[in-house]
Amino acid sequence: MAMTEQRVSYTLDSSLETIDSAEEKATRIANELGFGEDEVMQISMAVREGAVNAVLHGNAYAPDKKVILAFERTGEELVITIRDQGKGMDLSKIPNPLAPENLLKTSGRGIFLMRSFMDVVEIRPSATGTELKLIKRVHGSTAGGKEASQ
Amino acid sequence: MTMKVSTRQVDGVTIVDCSGRITLGEGSVILRDTVRDLLSKGNKKIVLNLADVNYIDSSGIGELVSAFTTTKNQGGELKLLNLTKKVNDLLQITKLYTVFDVKDDEASAVKSFK
Repeated sequence: MAMTEQRVSYTLDSSLETIDSAEEKATRIANELGFGEDEVMQISMAVREGAVNAVLHGNAYAPDKKVILAFERTGEELVITIRDQGKGMDLSKIPNPLAPENLLKTSGRGIFLMRSFMDVVEIRPSATGTELKLIKRVHGSTAGGKEASQ
Repeated sequence: MTMKVSTRQVDGVTIVDCSGRITLGEGSVILRDTVRDLLSKGNKKIVLNLADVNYIDSSGIGELVSAFTTTKNQGGELKLLNLTKKVNDLLQITKLYTVFDVKDDEASAVKSFK
């Protein structure tokens, strides 16, 4: 589906295939919108990390739970939403992966990478699932500040 | 575009030539199994040649860390060789560049082992 109608949405299974599929969709749409090569990589990786969180940590591979992935062009922004149907997450328990005591941990870098690559990252956990919103500005991004609200 | 590995010996050092993607799922498992197999056979001087690794996600980064610490815990050393710009950038922003011993030519990587 092309991005011509401004918004596209997909309902996906809680599987490893969904993670690859989400990344591929993000790559294609980011290319269609004219992002540069580095930005396309950043967007696709952020979406991949968001999909990993939704499939693994949110839905925990449950076959009856879905991942809803949406891409929306709003003005000069690409807004990507990833929703899962899990139990939500406690953001206060996410450690800083750059802290010396965490550097050699084998997990816990997904949200950090999303915040590094996107202009805005919003995470809204609830008892019925987590909604992740990723925003990338279409015409270049403001340098520096990438982190946003939770 | 799955990950592929092949190993070879150079002056007592095992070079693991990796290509493709190190991501959640098959890519991470292949790397993990390869390193574990090498260690179990007593090959404790390991160089991961990542010249042809064009993509790595947070799970792949975690797998590199795991390979590094597993090797170290068994009295060995694991070094990284020929990082692509993308992988190099990822290791920089995650501050892992300072953790790994990163080399950019094979001969000096091999010589650097004690």
